Amino acid sequence: MNRLSAENVTLAYDQRVIAERLSVEIPDNSFTVIVGPNACGKSTLLRALSRMLRPNEGRVLLDGQVIQSMPAKKVARTLGLLPQSSIAPDGITVGDLVGRGRYPHQGLLRQWSAEDERIVRESMARTGVGDLAERYVDELSGGQRQRVWIAMALAQQTPLLLLDEPTTYLDIQHQIDVLDLCADLHEQGRTLVAVLHDLNHAARYATHLVALREGRVVAEGAPKEIVTAELVEEVFGLRCQVIDDPETGTPLVVPAARGARARLAAERTEHVEGDRAAGTAEVAESSATGAS
Amino acid sequence: MKATRIRAVRTRGGLSLRVDARACTVVVLLVLAALAASVALIGTGDFPISAADVLRTLTGDGTRIQEYIVRDLRLPRVLVGLLVGAALGLGGALFQSISRNPLGSPDVLGLGQGATAGALVVIVLFSGSATAVTLGALAGGLVTGFAIYLLAWKRGVHGYRLVLVGIGVSAIVTAVNGYLLTKADIVDAARAVVWMTGSLNGRDWTQVWPLLVLCAVLVPLVLVNARRLLMTEMGDDLSYALGVRVERVRMVLMVSAVLLTSGATAAVGPVGFVALTAPQLARRLTRSPGPNLVPAMCMGATLLIVADLVSQRAFGADQLPVGVVTGVIGGAYLLWLLVTERRAGRI
Repeated sequence: MNRLSAENVTLAYDQRVIAERLSVEIPDNSFTVIVGPNACGKSTLLRALSRMLRPNEGRVLLDGQVIQSMPAKKVARTLGLLPQSSIAPDGITVGDLVGRGRYPHQGLLRQWSAEDERIVRESMARTGVGDLAERYVDELSGGQRQRVWIAMALAQQTPLLLLDEPTTYLDIQHQIDVLDLCADLHEQGRTLVAVLHDLNHAARYATHLVALREGRVVAEGAPKEIVTAELVEEVFGLRCQVIDDPETGTPLVVPAARGARARLAAERTEHVEGDRAAGTAEVAESSATGAS
Repeated sequence: MKATRIRAVRTRGGLSLRVDARACTVVVLLVLAALAASVALIGTGDFPISAADVLRTLTGDGTRIQEYIVRDLRLPRVLVGLLVGAALGLGGALFQSISRNPLGSPDVLGLGQGATAGALVVIVLFSGSATAVTLGALAGGLVTGFAIYLLAWKRGVHGYRLVLVGIGVSAIVTAVNGYLLTKADIVDAARAVVWMTGSLNGRDWTQVWPLLVLCAVLVPLVLVNARRLLMTEMGDDLSYALGVRVERVRMVLMVSAVLLTSGATAAVGPVGFVALTAPQLARRLTRSPGPNLVPAMCMGATLLIVADLVSQRAFGADQLPVGVVTGVIGGAYLLWLLVTERRAGRI
């Protein structure tokens, strides 16, 4: 049995239901990436998995226990979360911020051990922010700041780490930087779960992909097995080709040219009058041809 | 090179306690300043006593008249001042940290006005005794705090909503207070106005004990939660992810802060500006991020006692209520700090 899973969860903000009876398993030691169009519920799912959102129905299990019923600090020693946008407290230095990641391992009489010090130093070295220790977090660039937050999550030393869109607002170099770092962490034996916007990044880095649409899992599995033009069309409503990434051999999604998509839209309108099912089959067929 | 600025004292048994040398120095200096001002304040009045005599009397070696003046008249007044200052400083630091806003202090949120309303109801409508006024003020502060909490509570109290709701509540209560004052006859109105300025005059041991009990219970409770409060400044999600039960911590600390400020206000009336300025001044002295609870508490006590000393020395015994002076000193010092920091480019 896997350490982290959601069983038949219904997720909602107030009365707005995002997902109903959704079940997701996070395979142990995987780098799981959740993808899907805007508002498909991927961040909401991540919030539920990290106990930030309590499911209206169903349950999230961590090591066989309902996550909400576990002591907060105990969960924090097992599962780390990097939220989408984090705000550093005013006037805090990088070293001190990373040090806050040690909180779940500390207590009233064990406030700052030699081990804390060592782990903080290691976490900063591993994310390449060791030289910034004395700097103020507000002075850093976006890329540096994201590394600092990851260092903080690392200092928490959890076997599971959840990241909500860790590459948003970063330029391409820093995006790859952050993803490489995630891949390193995964190789060192952590289970990672990330929400990513970029399907190609997801296909390249994930070992396990979960594709969501309107709060339902459309497909899950290894990117090589599940990423097809049909899936992209079904999940994102985008006509495309899927080719092999020349660098890694993983699936690479290439959106169809504007003209081709316009033709498709026209075809669709015609099909509305005819048989819907036949229309979808034809589209699927044509995109499958495109992929070969 | 050390990775962080965090320093700790460690024992072989695996215990480790954080120490911030600068913050410790600030606390020690503030305590010394408060004690020195207290001795000077005890010696001040129509019957002046030298500092040496004050210390001798406190250790039990004074003349009978000195014993009476020091122990029965002036010591309780000074103790009330210290306790009220500490409670306001700590309460202010808590509120400012919870609302993540320096304006989120009890003065601005209307707790002082709420306590005043409670006191005015007792004075104007019932012509109640001093004890009844104290209880009325306490009830007024608690009800106001509770109302603010209820109105601002929506998946967690925080930030601007708390401040805005507080300002709204404050405006309403101020209007009620104005109405009560216009309804009062001249004797009650005079009594009410004196209460409303905030004064240490005539405070005795009956005010000391309840305040002491209040602080003895709440200060340890707050300090045990200090680390958690520090963590909540990282935002709700992140602090919860790091294992802090954010809502529970905030609830406990908010109730403590309301009790501390209401208790202090009930004892001496609404002494303005201490809760607003003490945490800010403390923070600038320690130069460390976070709520700075202990330095803020010591700063509050020092500020109040020094303000009372200034008022007693400059204007004569019992002439000018301490609330006027805290407003002037605290406000001026804060402005000066803001101006110098602005010049230094820090804000």
